[in-house]
Amino acid sequence: MPVTHKTLVKSKQGSNAQSQQKPLAAKTAKVVSKKKDEDDGTEIGEGGDEWMHGKTLIKPPDQLDLTEAELKEEFTRILTANNPHAPQNIVRYSFKERSYKPISSVDQLAVHFFLEGNLLHRDSDEARRQKAKQGLPDEKATVVTETEDEKLETPLQAAGGEEAGDVEEGGGEDGAHSVDSKTGKKEQKLTNQFNFSERASQTLNNPLRERGCQTEPPPRASFSATANQWEIYDVYLEEMQKQEKNKEKAKAVPKKEDDKGKKKLTLVETQSDDLTKVAKVAKIIERMVNQNTFDDIAQDFRYFEDASDEFREQEGTLLPLWKFQYDQAKRLSVTALCWNQSYKDLFAVGLGSYDFTKQGRGMLVFYSLKNSTYPEYNYPTTSGILCLDIHPDRPYLVAVGFYDGCVAVYNLKEERPEPVYKSSSKSGKHTDPVWQVRWQKDDMDNHQNFFSVSSDGRVVSWTLVKSELVFTDIIKLSLVGAVSEGPEGVPPPTMACGTSFDFHKQINYLFLVGTEEGKIHKCSKAYSSQFLETYDAHNMAVDAVKWNQFHPKVFISCSSDWTVKIWDHTIRTPVFIFDLNAAVGDVAWSPYSSTVFAAVTADGKVHVFDLGINKYEAICQQPVVAKKKTKLTHIEFNPVYPIIIVGDDRGYVTSLKLSPNLRSKPKEKKGQELPRGPEVEIAKMEKLLSLLREPENSKA
Amino acid sequence: MAEVEETLKRIQSQKGVQGIIIVNAEGIPIKTTLDNSSTVQYAGLIHQSVMKARSTVRDIDPQNDLTFLRIRSKKNEIMIAPDKDYFLIVIQNPSD
Repeated sequence: MPVTHKTLVKSKQGSNAQSQQKPLAAKTAKVVSKKKDEDDGTEIGEGGDEWMHGKTLIKPPDQLDLTEAELKEEFTRILTANNPHAPQNIVRYSFKERSYKPISSVDQLAVHFFLEGNLLHRDSDEARRQKAKQGLPDEKATVVTETEDEKLETPLQAAGGEEAGDVEEGGGEDGAHSVDSKTGKKEQKLTNQFNFSERASQTLNNPLRERGCQTEPPPRASFSATANQWEIYDVYLEEMQKQEKNKEKAKAVPKKEDDKGKKKLTLVETQSDDLTKVAKVAKIIERMVNQNTFDDIAQDFRYFEDASDEFREQEGTLLPLWKFQYDQAKRLSVTALCWNQSYKDLFAVGLGSYDFTKQGRGMLVFYSLKNSTYPEYNYPTTSGILCLDIHPDRPYLVAVGFYDGCVAVYNLKEERPEPVYKSSSKSGKHTDPVWQVRWQKDDMDNHQNFFSVSSDGRVVSWTLVKSELVFTDIIKLSLVGAVSEGPEGVPPPTMACGTSFDFHKQINYLFLVGTEEGKIHKCSKAYSSQFLETYDAHNMAVDAVKWNQFHPKVFISCSSDWTVKIWDHTIRTPVFIFDLNAAVGDVAWSPYSSTVFAAVTADGKVHVFDLGINKYEAICQQPVVAKKKTKLTHIEFNPVYPIIIVGDDRGYVTSLKLSPNLRSKPKEKKGQELPRGPEVEIAKMEKLLSLLREPENSKA
Repeated sequence: MAEVEETLKRIQSQKGVQGIIIVNAEGIPIKTTLDNSSTVQYAGLIHQSVMKARSTVRDIDPQNDLTFLRIRSKKNEIMIAPDKDYFLIVIQNPSD
């Protein structure tokens, strides 16, 4: 009969077999025998007979009859805790050995019954949590109950609940106590009650070693800078310049060799003395110092207006300002003066000699009004300079004519002292001194060109082509009237000597040439052999001839025959004649008025005329130089400022300020707008001329 | 190079000029016509002054820059022309 009676049996597996209580059914013997058969090694004999002896024997009818011997036979029953259902031959794959290996120990647990309960061990987490929640109220309760207990004796009749409560509380107390005690102590290790041993071992402690490493600290430098708005701006500018340079380099890549050469040059320059960098600053300082030294002159130049002019009706005065002199130019005389059109304070002085016997070297000197003690540029020349002209558009180009007939062009931007271009005997230089040079507008190929006139009677045009001067004869001056006559037997016409010329301001091809014979020829660039007109101007050489700045028809001429004459080029006789009692060196129109001009004479006087105010006399006659023997040679008006510069034959250049009377403009009528501009000037002149013409016509 | 020397000589020979000092960007005088102690004093003090003045001008408009500075006192006038790397100080007594 199968065993139906099931009991919850939990057996712990161990090496020790456990004795078990066995049911008394007959089957037990069978079971035992089965067990015996299935025994796997653990044997502990147990005398089941002894146990059986404790009870009276009741023989069931189908009991085996055994003999005494058989009965005494001891049967060994081995009880093991092995699970008969557990598989004995579980095999697992071992990756280490790469084969299937049987598992040595197999789980022998057989669960017969399973019931989930709701009891918690009081040391488990959940129990503790619950206790913690109930802990406070419990403790309070226990405290209260304790006090109650103390006060009251245990009330037996306070229902079973109370008792139970007491018991519980007592239990709780105990529990609380036990909990308290437990928390007081360190938590004891949970040890296996059956089989536990503590073992400890100590390893060798390695000796401690300290290792350190020190590196060199990184180099430190303290850096300080300010970050201002302008410093940031500077950095940005540099960046931009670098970028532009890079762009240029990218473009000029094939020019590598040139760049290398230039790089070498720049390297050398930077290694040279540091003082060169101070040059610009030194210049500024020099000017400042000069300004201080000549402070009163500078103030006069700027602000002084002669108040006494109000009392003098029409006359004016010239206030001397700076005096320019250069040591090395002491024995030379000023032969040419020219203001620079772009830089209004810069002027050029050509030094040489008018004396035929005393020919020697010359000099080209540039002064600025800002520094009167030392020239800005100076170029010594082998031959005396007689004339010069600064290019109106390119203020660094200066054309110079020499006493020996050469012409040269200097470039101020370049450092070298020689001219950039120079004519030579091969390239058509004049055979006589060059008296006047004038720049012209660039020709069709954008080459600069200028004209020169000389005593050899030629008016030559020079063109700057690349690196040389190319000359073209424009006109050959000949004695008047000789051209048309050419019959046989007559000696070939001799050349006249040109001493001055001037180009018309508006009409480009029209120009005037003054000759040594005292005649003035009106010529055109187009006609190379014939003059348009000839004027019998003077008895001696014509020293200067100048077109009026405003009026297109009027020009002025002066000569060593003591006279200054004003002409209308349509009329063959002069409109005005002025006698100045001394040889007139130079005459110049003023840039601000068509009726004002100034002349310098050999007796050291400057004469200023204003035809609008006084047609017959100068409104100012003033000796300008200290020694009366010095002759004044040239005069020029400054295009902007009310000053004139006067050169003399000692090499000095004096600057003078024009007083207000000399610069008068027509008085404005109240309420009327004053018309300005060249038209006014032209009208002024025209009015003058018309006044003259009428009486002339009436006379004629 | 020689031109600069000449220019400096000319300045020195001008009326009333008491001394010239060239100072580099760090404030160290590199050339002077005055005695050592005065030079050092001028260089140090003026350097600061110039830096301040320049800073002022440029802060107002970064595209602007200082061209020169004049300090006129009762006894003399100090003129300073600054450059990118150097500046030149001239002390003049203009009323001489």
